[in-house]
Amino acid sequence: MSSTVLFDAPGPRARLRNNALTLVAVIALAAVAYFVYVKFDQKGQWQGKIWKPFTEATTWTEFIIPGLLGTLEAAGLGAVCALAFGAVFGLARLSDHRWIRIPAGTVVETFRAIPLLLLIFFLAYLAPSVLGSGDYTLPALVLGLTLYNGSVLAEVVRAGVLAVPRGQSEAAYAIGLRKGGVMRLVLLPQAVTAMMPAIVSQLVVLLKDTALGYIIAYVDLLNYGFKIIPAVFFGSLVPAAIVIGVIYIGLNMALSALATWLEKRSRRSRKTGAKPIAAPGVIGMGAGAGLPQ
Amino acid sequence: MDDLIEYAPDLAAGFLVNVKIALVCAVISLVLGTVLVSFRVSPTPVLRAAGTVYVNVVRNTPLTLVLAFSALGLSDTIGLTFSDEPSTNGFWLVVLGLSAYTATFVGEALRSGINTVPLGQAEAARAIGLTFLQSLRLIILPQAFRAVVAPLGSVMIAMIKNTTVALAAGYLADSAFVMKDTFDDTGVSIPIFIGLVLAFMAVTLPVGFFTGWLSRRLAVVR
Amino acid sequence: MRLRRIGAVLAVTAMSASLAACGGDKTYATVAEKVKDGKTVVVGTKWDQPNLGLKKGAEPEGYDVDVAKYVIKELAGGADDVDITWKESASSNREAFLANGTVDIIFASYSITDSRKEKVTFGGPYVVAHQDVMVRGDDTAITKPTDLAGKRICQAAGSNSYKRITDPPPDGELDLDAQLVGAANYSECVAKLTGNNLDAVTTDDLILAGFATQAAEQGGGNFKILGQPFTDEKYGVGLKKGDTATCEAVNKAITKMYSDGTAQQLFTKWFGKAQGLTAPTSAPTFEPCA
Repeated sequence: MSSTVLFDAPGPRARLRNNALTLVAVIALAAVAYFVYVKFDQKGQWQGKIWKPFTEATTWTEFIIPGLLGTLEAAGLGAVCALAFGAVFGLARLSDHRWIRIPAGTVVETFRAIPLLLLIFFLAYLAPSVLGSGDYTLPALVLGLTLYNGSVLAEVVRAGVLAVPRGQSEAAYAIGLRKGGVMRLVLLPQAVTAMMPAIVSQLVVLLKDTALGYIIAYVDLLNYGFKIIPAVFFGSLVPAAIVIGVIYIGLNMALSALATWLEKRSRRSRKTGAKPIAAPGVIGMGAGAGLPQ
Repeated sequence: MDDLIEYAPDLAAGFLVNVKIALVCAVISLVLGTVLVSFRVSPTPVLRAAGTVYVNVVRNTPLTLVLAFSALGLSDTIGLTFSDEPSTNGFWLVVLGLSAYTATFVGEALRSGINTVPLGQAEAARAIGLTFLQSLRLIILPQAFRAVVAPLGSVMIAMIKNTTVALAAGYLADSAFVMKDTFDDTGVSIPIFIGLVLAFMAVTLPVGFFTGWLSRRLAVVR
Repeated sequence: MRLRRIGAVLAVTAMSASLAACGGDKTYATVAEKVKDGKTVVVGTKWDQPNLGLKKGAEPEGYDVDVAKYVIKELAGGADDVDITWKESASSNREAFLANGTVDIIFASYSITDSRKEKVTFGGPYVVAHQDVMVRGDDTAITKPTDLAGKRICQAAGSNSYKRITDPPPDGELDLDAQLVGAANYSECVAKLTGNNLDAVTTDDLILAGFATQAAEQGGGNFKILGQPFTDEKYGVGLKKGDTATCEAVNKAITKMYSDGTAQQLFTKWFGKAQGLTAPTSAPTFEPCA
């Protein structure tokens, strides 16, 4: 406890007070839990009948796993494209040439400011009228995810490169490297280490955002879990929401754990002079960074 | 351009819904986020655990699912209703879901703000004999608040943009729904999209500039 | 460096996976030919509509699905050896799926309308549904469609059924002052009806009958259908625009389905328990193949 900024190590009176507070908290939380339990029970949400589908293998092989694959496909494609987009535009914003820097900055700032769902709707309706009819749910979703998350990642890349101490690039120029060489051999390798945690947190955001595909009828985990499963098993809506919620939470927490691990590792690492930059969702780096859906 | 002019009243009404949701959510999520962070930094392990579980569960769930669950799960299945009037009920279900979701990000922003205050500040406060509340009021919170303005601004901007997901809760009134409905009738219209984007920017950019300006003004030089 | 290599491998894998997903094999001029010679076909149905098309296990099941199986068998010349791939076709992507060949043929409570005829060639109709109203079993206030004035009815995204209640002709019908409650699809409407968040769901009687039957079988809820139909919804077989050869073949199959009694038998199998529905005795008048 002594490591927090708020409290000193508790004395006898404080310990007593804390214990009393603990007791009150336990009672209050138990009351809330009991209230929720009773409310669910009144509506028959604990009946084995509506939970039973989730103990059967076919529910998983026919609904949940295909849905999960849909989600992972959109997330995987989105992540690869967003990383590429982020790298290109992040470096473009660092360019010495105004005619590269300014357009790149405009693109990044614009796509960060557009609500992602509006962008996805727009792309989903625009694609057929430009490219002819077809099923554009996946391309629209992936492109939307790419433009938005890629723009956030561009800021991460820029911040990562700027976080490398100036002395590094000065030393690199001093030994006769050119601009490209400085970036490629000195700045980027150090910046990547510093950027990793922020990149992974943004990928968590991207994974969550794939659920927006549900709204444009992309067949993902939410679509299978929240539309088809409750349609097949009458009344299983709440159990279905809980099960697929747990899957999403598990996936995202695994990714977040990876981010924490990377952050610890890069803190220990002496190979870089750059401090890890903050995850965009938590510490804002300007208007509109991080935290969407 | 004609599309934009023809549908402007509908779109404006839809956008007003987004603004209304955002205003109510801003208040509720700030209050809820403060409660949450007081749990997460409390001296009581039980409350800390409860806060951590809530943040990890809600923050890692897609907003689409949170909103769909608040309408279909909490309202339709469990029977939580705010009003007999469907549109009022739908509005508050969206507010409930979006506030519960945004509060986790508000809480995390506040917590990281508290963590930016160096330990020495608190130790010095105790050394000169300030009580817990005094050190909180005079030393820690004023410094934490300054570090928190910009991140809170980002959270609010993201929340404003997230109001477009309202239709996941079956609340078919906001500008994203109006835009989709219009596209269904007339086909895609670039002016309508750009018009809506500019409307959102007109709200989010000032919030960003204001919080950025405020945080620079208040910044603590260490 | 290692990171970059992993990234490159991931990118290539992802791209080749998506290419493989899009890649097709041999092409046929018409769907009828593909069924007959290629012995494969991709059939689009609903996956979330009880008793019409509901994905229960590996395959969907329901009236639409059984009609599809019969028609495909007839297209193959009566042989039962066609490899059918089932694909979900939600209301919002049916036209697109047909146009780009994601599916070959659609049986998905697909009403024939003038605006859809511009994009799709329709075989059939194979059955005519009628818009009706479903309420909770204990509701005595609503006994006819006009009782819906001032009541809460469901507005399912992408469906225009509610307009028949709230709007005057030509778009609508009854022009009543009802309150609309939004939902993503009709399953959600039924959930809201159960939870007392709306008073009536109004759409095609076959869709409603599916929900009512399912609720009765699984013991989850009690609904009643008013049995006062007020429109005609001709369920057609969706084909790629211009595939008139398959359209004619489909119409022949449907005629046979009615003459050999299969149509009535399937209707009774899926909707026999629903009140107020009678199996049609003869095939509906076909729309011209165009």
